[in-house]
Amino acid sequence: MPLLSEYFPILVFIAIGGFIALAMVGGSLLAAQQKPYAEKLSPYECGFEPFDDARRKFDVRFYLVAILFIIFDLEVAFLFPWAVSLSDIGIFGFLSMLGFLAVLTVGFIYEWCKGALEWE
Amino acid sequence: MIVTAAFYVFSAILIGSAAAVVTSRNPVHSVLFLILAFFNAAALFLIAGAEFLAMILVIVYVGAVAVLFLFVVMMLDVNFGQLREGYQRYLPVGATVGAVLFAELLLVLGGWQFAPQASSLRLSSTPAGITNTQALGRLIYTDYVFLFQMAGLILMVAMIGAIVLTHRERTTTRRQSIARQNARQVSDTLEIMEVGYGAGTNVTGIIRPKREPAPVLADEPHTHGVGLPGPGEH
Repeated sequence: MPLLSEYFPILVFIAIGGFIALAMVGGSLLAAQQKPYAEKLSPYECGFEPFDDARRKFDVRFYLVAILFIIFDLEVAFLFPWAVSLSDIGIFGFLSMLGFLAVLTVGFIYEWCKGALEWE
Repeated sequence: MIVTAAFYVFSAILIGSAAAVVTSRNPVHSVLFLILAFFNAAALFLIAGAEFLAMILVIVYVGAVAVLFLFVVMMLDVNFGQLREGYQRYLPVGATVGAVLFAELLLVLGGWQFAPQASSLRLSSTPAGITNTQALGRLIYTDYVFLFQMAGLILMVAMIGAIVLTHRERTTTRRQSIARQNARQVSDTLEIMEVGYGAGTNVTGIIRPKREPAPVLADEPHTHGVGLPGPGEH
């Protein structure tokens, strides 16, 4: 398994990271004195009472930005294997990616002209 | 040995967090468990040798889709107490549907067995000696060009659909009009006046610029004079 052996350091990293996180939380649970009371457990907001619930509706524009981000994220995801294998797939592969990018550019121009990227 | 151990650890965490996704009371916790499940699924992909898919899972699903789920959870403002009200009433129907689905899954998966020559019957077998990403790249853009272009079209439709559904014109938005900015001359806005010594203080009061057309909202390239009274209104 030559592929997996390259990832062994990451596995070690995950193990050490998990161990340190558990040790810190567990250590503070075991060693520290726990004296909770209502004031200590209440949400703290710079000295005054919290205004309202943290879960409130916000503008749908955030959602639009996230969706547009996903779409261009996927576009970039298609670029990775293309870039790696560009020498094997010849001019046809090159042009097929250009067609793909052109289709997405049409959408990009549409969103640019509609002003979907503008905030205020 | 390590690979087997890692497989079982990641699978156990994956199943545990997937169960927590559907059982958590707080939907934000559900989304966080979903992210954990994505990470562990990526690790399983790696163990299975699908390096590219593992990284895409991390980039696209953890980086973008999970954020979208969080947005939806935050945005919908569902009253979860109200949602759980009919729990007792719908339990028999839900349990029946779930049991039927589970039985069907058992029937399908129980009778499933791999053909021994399955790995050699693949349409595109994995070539030896090159990386996963490279093997994918050799296929997607040439052999499967129509599917690839269709993926592009679907992405474009998703883009346009998202804009049509959620974008609305804001009349208060002030957008830049580059042509108008460039066409603007000094003489349109600025006037040099000959004011004698000491004359400006009493007679003219404050020297004001030339009168401009009233600012048009959403189409004005410069920013002053929105809430302020226009020149000459005193």
